Amino acid sequence: MSSSVVTKPSAAPPAPPPGRAERSLVSRVLARPEVGALAAAIVIFAFFYAIAPPFRTLPALATVLYASSTIGIVAVGVALLMIGGEFDLSAGVTVTTTALASAMICYQFSLNMWVGVVVSLLIALVIGFVNGYLVVRTGIPSFLITLSTFFILQGVNLGVTKLVTGTVATPNTSNLDGFDQARAIFASDVPLGFMTVKVTVLWWLVFVAVGTWLLLRTRTGNWITASGGNAASARAVGVPVRRVKIGLFMGVSFLAWFLGMHLLFNFSTVQAGLGVGNEFIYIIAAVVGGALLTGGYGSAVGSALGAFIFGMTTQGIVYAGWDPNWFRTFLGVMLLLAVMVNLYIKNYAAQRR
Amino acid sequence: MTDTLAEHAARDLKAGTPLVEMDGCGKSYGAIRALEGINLTVNAGEVACVLGDNGAGKSTLIKIISGLHPHTEGTVKVDGKEVHFGSPRESLDHGIATVYQDLAVVPLMEVWRNFFLGSEIRKGSYPLAPLDIKAMREIADAELQKMGIVVKDINQPIGTLSGGQRQCVAIARAVYFGARVLILDEPTAALGVKQSGVVLKYTAAARDAGLGVVFITHNPHHAYLVGDHFIILKLGRRVLDKKRSEVTLEELTTEMAGGQELAALSHELER
Repeated sequence: MSSSVVTKPSAAPPAPPPGRAERSLVSRVLARPEVGALAAAIVIFAFFYAIAPPFRTLPALATVLYASSTIGIVAVGVALLMIGGEFDLSAGVTVTTTALASAMICYQFSLNMWVGVVVSLLIALVIGFVNGYLVVRTGIPSFLITLSTFFILQGVNLGVTKLVTGTVATPNTSNLDGFDQARAIFASDVPLGFMTVKVTVLWWLVFVAVGTWLLLRTRTGNWITASGGNAASARAVGVPVRRVKIGLFMGVSFLAWFLGMHLLFNFSTVQAGLGVGNEFIYIIAAVVGGALLTGGYGSAVGSALGAFIFGMTTQGIVYAGWDPNWFRTFLGVMLLLAVMVNLYIKNYAAQRR
Repeated sequence: MTDTLAEHAARDLKAGTPLVEMDGCGKSYGAIRALEGINLTVNAGEVACVLGDNGAGKSTLIKIISGLHPHTEGTVKVDGKEVHFGSPRESLDHGIATVYQDLAVVPLMEVWRNFFLGSEIRKGSYPLAPLDIKAMREIADAELQKMGIVVKDINQPIGTLSGGQRQCVAIARAVYFGARVLILDEPTAALGVKQSGVVLKYTAAARDAGLGVVFITHNPHHAYLVGDHFIILKLGRRVLDKKRSEVTLEELTTEMAGGQELAALSHELER
């Protein structure tokens, strides 16, 4: 049967019969998951551009992009995971776990930083694998499994750090071997000529591009969408749904590790309580970007737009001179609007025409 | 449509050779015995019809062959070798394709992605090789047109098609990928008279191309039009197992309608 797969149609298909019509451009564009987020991003950008003069400068844009990238990197993975029909509430603390592990292992044993980088990557992948394995093995909703992981890791972060260092932060690791080398990869400033951006911005764009390509142009992407859209159907036609889901959880924890490394090499020291609450920001970025909570629909570009909206808002409120306490309120309103727009778009896309 | 079948049928099929053999096969879900003592042989170039009322075990039977649920009793042989399918993938790799009653489609995905789901065409065999999207669109479109289905746009989500159209996509997909055995679970249940006719013609064409066909239905009229071999299930057991030459449509209809139970009932309700 594998040989039958490659056969081309025996004859050229006959001329398009009547009743054939290309869907209109509007209908095809509206069917894309990220349309709502794109519109929102433009409106919010224009809004802060109009009311906050400091927002208009290039350094301000670099700051916005940096803030966006620290959310967007993990949000790509979270978006793919949500398209695959699952949740990860432990992503925020996994970031901290990897940074703490890396810092403490290297400091306590006076190792080269690269050892910590590799070991913490393994820790991250194990966390992702355990999350995924438990979800597909037990059938318990990923919300509950990863909520448990979230609490476990949160406790481990604080407990182990206190045990090892006696405080709630790691010692400064910037004098260790390999620190500068790793810093160049995870936390350097990159001059682009007209502006200087953090390297995370470029990594973010790379991950979004890879995520988009994976989702739309590869078999794996097909399987991700199908696993989230209808897991039973996907399994029935031969998609390895369990492997796909475990892989997605490991993808999220890989990206969490990447951000963890950035935090470590950017600030040299890591606070043990960091990252709590960020899991929701990643999910919000993915949902604002068009991912359905029920799975099977969404995009990596959408998650990037969601993260960009987040970045513009956190920084824009400061540039506009407002009380930053309102930020969470704004985030809540955005999420509510996004969910309603997505529902409308989904119904429009699924309508029989 | 016949050319697709002939083109994709495995070359080594010889009419009359057994493709799938079930011997004393059964399935328990915990304490519930959904199926027991089933002997069924699917020969190449023949249509085996499995009939039965709701809850008779028809779906359980095909789930065993298609790999959705492994059997718990007896043996299943494919091409003479004993198998114990752990997943539908293994069954598909043996050239067994199934049209499920719920169709197994993903509503929000495009028609062509659904058509090739699980058996995608790629431009290379390395991990993450890109999909050959153009070829898949063309093939899916051509195969659907052969069935007389014209979708407005092969890129539209399959959820936007009508029930009958979706059914035809599922059948076209199974015909395209099923090289040895084709399993049809209630393929005519959701269809009108004309589309049922198309499905029955496909079934006959698959048989003529040398495939083994398992046709599950509760409609004896449809079964008798194409069947070579009839099995009636009741409450997980086989109550009738006859070749076409040994049974008449009347017999099948009566047995399906309840047989002696119906006679007793008509006596009871006499007026």
